[in-house]
Amino acid sequence: MNSIRKAFQGQKAFIAFITCGDPDLDTTVALIRAMDEAGVDIIELGIPFSDPTAEGPVIQAANRRALAGGVTTDKIFDMIRRVRPTVRVPLALMTYANVVFSYGTEQFLQTASEIGVSGLILPDVPFEEKADFAPACRKYGIAYISLVAPTSHDRIAMIAREAEGFVYCVSSLGVTGVRSQITSDVGDMVRRIREVTDLPTAIGFGISTPDQAVCMAEKADGVIVGSAIVKLIGEYGSEAVAPVAAYVRAMKTALRGGA
Amino acid sequence: MTKGRFGIHGGQYIPETLMNAVLELEEAYDHYHNDPQFNAELGELLRGYVGRPSLLYHAAKMTADLGGAKSYLKREDLNHTGAHKINNVLGQALLAVKMGKTRVIAETGAGQHGVAAATAAALMGLSCDIYMGAEDTKRQALNVYKMRLLGARVHPVTSGTATLKDAVSETMREWTNRIADTHYVLGSVMGPHPFPTIVRDFQAVISKEIREQMLAAEGRLPDAVLACVGGGSNAIGAFYHFLGDSSVRLIGCEAAGRGTDTFETAATITTGRVGIFHGMKSYFCQDEYGQIAPVYSISAGLDYPGVGPEHACLHDTGRAEYVAVTDNEAVNAFEYLARTEGIIPAIESAHAVAYAMKLAPTMNRDQIMVINLSGRGDKDCAAIARYRGEEIVE
Repeated sequence: MNSIRKAFQGQKAFIAFITCGDPDLDTTVALIRAMDEAGVDIIELGIPFSDPTAEGPVIQAANRRALAGGVTTDKIFDMIRRVRPTVRVPLALMTYANVVFSYGTEQFLQTASEIGVSGLILPDVPFEEKADFAPACRKYGIAYISLVAPTSHDRIAMIAREAEGFVYCVSSLGVTGVRSQITSDVGDMVRRIREVTDLPTAIGFGISTPDQAVCMAEKADGVIVGSAIVKLIGEYGSEAVAPVAAYVRAMKTALRGGA
Repeated sequence: MTKGRFGIHGGQYIPETLMNAVLELEEAYDHYHNDPQFNAELGELLRGYVGRPSLLYHAAKMTADLGGAKSYLKREDLNHTGAHKINNVLGQALLAVKMGKTRVIAETGAGQHGVAAATAAALMGLSCDIYMGAEDTKRQALNVYKMRLLGARVHPVTSGTATLKDAVSETMREWTNRIADTHYVLGSVMGPHPFPTIVRDFQAVISKEIREQMLAAEGRLPDAVLACVGGGSNAIGAFYHFLGDSSVRLIGCEAAGRGTDTFETAATITTGRVGIFHGMKSYFCQDEYGQIAPVYSISAGLDYPGVGPEHACLHDTGRAEYVAVTDNEAVNAFEYLARTEGIIPAIESAHAVAYAMKLAPTMNRDQIMVINLSGRGDKDCAAIARYRGEEIVE
């Protein structure tokens, strides 16, 4: 079983997203280690892209900061190679199609596999185009993680049937970012996924508070938080490790049913 | 291979949130594009509102001055709103109405597509939001005013390089935010399927007319058709009905900016490589890690790091040729056409005029060249004056 799927066993999974190289790769390493100690179950590592069309202002700004600092795909691979043996948490890469395609899909996934990456998420690749990436992921034992959106309706079964790792349930219309309320019927989305697969489900987009996390975890097997963490990194820069670790601990505690 | 492919290019690389929206659009387009009622309505709009067919004008003075090939200008600049953009916009707006949409959104670079979209929205009673790079709102302030005058809301985009590329990204983001009542009127032959096909079909009226007009005037087909290429909508429109005629050279003129050997260029086919961005596989200006390059051209309408997938394919097969034209050459052509023919072209179209000025003397006097004059240049006068060191207060 892929380590991503295992992360959901016997518990509600807390999945954290950060952008690699925001504000620098040393901070990224420190954040990965601190979040691992704080109990995070999966970390999504964003490889920054110049034009992240699925992101709201907070993660756009993180992409900008990271690229301005001179981070590249190769430098990120080197960073993961260093940090991977020192943490237990599974790592998934999140980036845009062109970053993988331009590197050479085969070469990208071979390297990712060698350095211990467990999953890949590409928000600008829908089911119809996944043949460019999913077969190479399978070849190198990396889970190609698919997204289901509030507009997916009759597409849910088709997507979920071929999903790997976990099914990423997009909670709301629009781009990534903190939302005060999540109004879509995610419960219905998860039910339709569970009709065709026993893969775990995780809800992302818009979740920031422990209350929201608990509420979403009642409907699914895990929650994904990006913008709320990236916002802390934007505020604290290289001093973000302690506040991010505290945040992750609080979210994980809430998901365990603690106060 | 998946849908909407031109060779290896094209496809539908968009977030899952938008997939049902493009599928719905594809279904509606498949239904309406052969529907006699729809085509009658669109035909009447093109005739009675746009002023089609646009003229095919024999530029006798330019021909005599340049020597060589006989030059014709396809006068898309004479269309209502001053450019070819209106052809596509009316088609898509009519389609949006048929689909029950009440709101349209659009990106714009130079502002021509935004003005056309705002015009169609006003005409058809649709709510309209336009996304325009903050940099471009400064370069094209008059068009911003026009869009507002027409009832649209103009949103300056400050992300990235604050130009056309970022306007497209922001319009895509807005579409994922509000889909049910909203149609994205994409302005060029780019983006995810079915946009490159829809926009091409609505712009193909240009080459359909050129063909008929040329046969009527000369009794034969032209030897070359030239058009500027940013995303490539006026070029594909001018090429389409000649694709099967191998005797007709099809020449797309990209914006080289300050030169294809500099970083300040927007010549995608000349300097880019294959990538995946803005919904499509095609050629893009990008760095070795696939980061999209901050392109540059004096022309806000050609200042885009990608090119439509059908052009990418026509380049791969060699059916069309793509050349690069610098800012300086385009500005010279802008001034040349004004002086020589009394026609002020859009700075975008001036890129095609510039290459025609080089090409004509190399051709024989019995050969014929058509230059697609995709838009008029009123909007560019202040910027060109500035380029020449003169400040104009409008």
